[in-house]
Amino acid sequence: MSSLPIPVPNIKISRPVNPTGIWSWITTVDHKRIGIMYGITAFILFLSGGIEATIMRLQLAGPELDIVSAAIYNQLFTMHGTTMIFLAIMPLSAAFFNYLIPLQIGARDVAFPRLNAFSYWTFLGGALMLKLSWIGGATDAGWFGYAPLTSIDQNPGKGIDFWILSLQILGVASLGSAFNFIVTIINLRAPGMTWMRLPLFTWMSFITAILLVLAFPVITVALIELTFDRYFAFNFFNVANGGSVVLWQHLFWVFGHPEVYILILPAMGIVSEVLPVFSRKPLFGYATVVLAGAIIAFMGWMVWSHHMFTVGLGPVANTVFTITTMLIAVPTGIKMFNWIGTIWGGSLKLNTPMLFSLGFIAMFLIGGLSGVMHAVSAHDAQQQDTYFVPAHIHYVLFGGAIMAILSGIYFWFPKFSGKMYSEREGKLHFWLMMIGQNVTFFPMHFVGLDGMPRRIYTYAEGMGWDLWNAVATAGVFILIAGFLVMINNLGRHWRNGPTATNDPWDARTLEWSISSPPPHYNFEEIPVVRSLDDWWETKYGTHEKAVPVSGSSDDAHNSDIHMPQPSYWPAVTSLGLFVGGYGIVFNDLLFPYLFAGIGLLITVIGVYAWSLEPVNDPE
Amino acid sequence: MSTDVHNNNTHEDHDYTTTGLNHRKMLMWAFLGSDCMFFGALIATYLVYQGKSLVGPYPIDVFDIPVTSVSTFVLLMSSMSMVLAYAALTQNKINGFRIWMASTAIMGATFIGFQVYEFSSFSTFHVDIESCAEQKVKYGKFDDYEAELCSNAKEDHVETHDGLKPQTNLFGTTFYTLTGFHGAHVTLGIVWILSLLFLSYKKGMITPERHLDVDLAALYWHFVDVVWIVIFTVIYLFGVFPFPGS
Repeated sequence: MSSLPIPVPNIKISRPVNPTGIWSWITTVDHKRIGIMYGITAFILFLSGGIEATIMRLQLAGPELDIVSAAIYNQLFTMHGTTMIFLAIMPLSAAFFNYLIPLQIGARDVAFPRLNAFSYWTFLGGALMLKLSWIGGATDAGWFGYAPLTSIDQNPGKGIDFWILSLQILGVASLGSAFNFIVTIINLRAPGMTWMRLPLFTWMSFITAILLVLAFPVITVALIELTFDRYFAFNFFNVANGGSVVLWQHLFWVFGHPEVYILILPAMGIVSEVLPVFSRKPLFGYATVVLAGAIIAFMGWMVWSHHMFTVGLGPVANTVFTITTMLIAVPTGIKMFNWIGTIWGGSLKLNTPMLFSLGFIAMFLIGGLSGVMHAVSAHDAQQQDTYFVPAHIHYVLFGGAIMAILSGIYFWFPKFSGKMYSEREGKLHFWLMMIGQNVTFFPMHFVGLDGMPRRIYTYAEGMGWDLWNAVATAGVFILIAGFLVMINNLGRHWRNGPTATNDPWDARTLEWSISSPPPHYNFEEIPVVRSLDDWWETKYGTHEKAVPVSGSSDDAHNSDIHMPQPSYWPAVTSLGLFVGGYGIVFNDLLFPYLFAGIGLLITVIGVYAWSLEPVNDPE
Repeated sequence: MSTDVHNNNTHEDHDYTTTGLNHRKMLMWAFLGSDCMFFGALIATYLVYQGKSLVGPYPIDVFDIPVTSVSTFVLLMSSMSMVLAYAALTQNKINGFRIWMASTAIMGATFIGFQVYEFSSFSTFHVDIESCAEQKVKYGKFDDYEAELCSNAKEDHVETHDGLKPQTNLFGTTFYTLTGFHGAHVTLGIVWILSLLFLSYKKGMITPERHLDVDLAALYWHFVDVVWIVIFTVIYLFGVFPFPGS
């Protein structure tokens, strides 16, 4: 059979060549630029979540205040929770993944540079969609959106729809980046970078990426079911037709509990990088810390029903989940002892990153201990839905994840900016944070045990909750002061701080062997790794002395290094998802699902152009 | 082979990788792992709600095992044809590749056609009982749905055309969602296969050296097939031949 004469349209798909200005950012596939975009976007979103929290604390400062209505208050706590988890901590971690992983494993970029750009733009679209839902009424069913609060009968507004669609879009972004980092870490390690020489942050990121890949489909399915219930009157969570609202809780927490470890494992990775550097000792029990991280991730799948102790699953289920939840404290405890073992007997340098990491250990310990209290199902019945639970979550996520992320920001600031921050202001920030968070969150334990329910917009006088609520609100202003100091410090010094050397902390991992900021190709020559903490061993160990790589991004003699080319299509594909998301929420505009269709069309065009795009080396 | 058209794939294929495995193939496996959890959650939902529908029709009323067996067989054969397409490509038999790719797509489309038929016949499923009293005498007992209809009926003659819609009961809700998403996966696979077939008419796009492009589509296609085997067993067969005691 001869070739059929099928006409193939000859469409030329062009690729940007050396774009400048804003286009260079929109089309970039450089993991460092994407990391910085992730970090700045997520930090702004973090501040937006902080503003929501501040309004809530003002409303609760005294009894029977009337700063916001009950309806607005419901939106505030829902948006605050969703923002901080999906738009702040996760993308802040993603910023570190992007910037650091290729540097730590000795690679020039990630395995799929364009997928990486797609993840960022998709994340931005989802984030905008969620935050813009404040116009016209945001979601108000709590960040875990329990059925039937989200049903169309109970909640006919568009807020829930925005919440569903933006979480779906954010899920696509997270999955894309998780696939990317799994392949990058498995497949782009420099020669000699064996698994047990991998820096701890990269290890924890790898485990996090696996959790993301397995956990996100479950919430995707839960949200699809909810969407069908709301849009097409399906029966998934419709009790009148035999549906069960508990199914939502199971699906949500099967995702939600691994999600907790998705939030905290990268933080643990950062702390495991910072402590050895400022203790001038190797990490105590490297293999144990890696293994403990893996065990946490594995056991994270066996504990979800501890969020549901008061649902009435019965004594057997409650007992089993009490035991597994207590067991998961063991690997976490192992990590704690390893961190303490690392600083034990070290020659400590109490720079800002070190202070934040030490603060993490202390605060996370308090959060962990209240976590073990929740694990006892009988005890949990007393705490369920009281302020004791927000106290716990803020100690693990603010005192834990955010403290570690701040530690990481200060630690790697010289690397990504090429400048030094003011140590004095950094320490001031640390102390304002330590005092502020304890003043804000510790009193929540007291009012919680006194029976103050979470998620109430006001409370009567004479309940005995006035004092501690006023104290908690006062603490917020200490935290605000702290963040103002930080923004001033880092913002000012990023522009005109003193120039940072390649290795200002005398650190241990590969990213410190190259210039600050790194050239766009990262490594002039792909390094050969000979041991754990290879850079430290190169400086002080038995390795033959290697010459530290100098040079800047302007070096002309590196034209033979082929870097991935910029591309329009990841951003176009993300735009399609964004338009499609809006098209589903506003599905009755002009023609049913018209804009959803347009979004799909843009996505399809983006995907095809992406797959058929040529490589055009400008050289 | 003409090399005037590159894309990033060839570029990446020759890059150094730590394990020697290809990036894109590894990503595909990670994606399939993720998709397992996707279908796992949908199947779990189906199983949680199995037998919990408050009104009929029930699986036993609507399922037609012989018909679905035929469509299952067609889908399984499409996997074989996919293997043959890939084999033809690696032997540089481009016409063989095209024939087998086309036949894979046609068999996939046939499966989707069966699914459309099934959905429409389920949703227009009707029951016509001449006489409830007579039926009882004749067969000794009703099935659940007939008994339910007769007990709710005011007269002896019962006729209903309500059918099984997603809104009807939990079975409809979970069944259409699960099989619908599987059908969407198959449809996406057909689009992918047809795109590759189409590209094979453009010079230098589909070559033995770039077999990975086809390999990835094949991997996806086989995965979707395997998922159907699980669905067919758990939803259809167990739905009609329940375990003793269940």
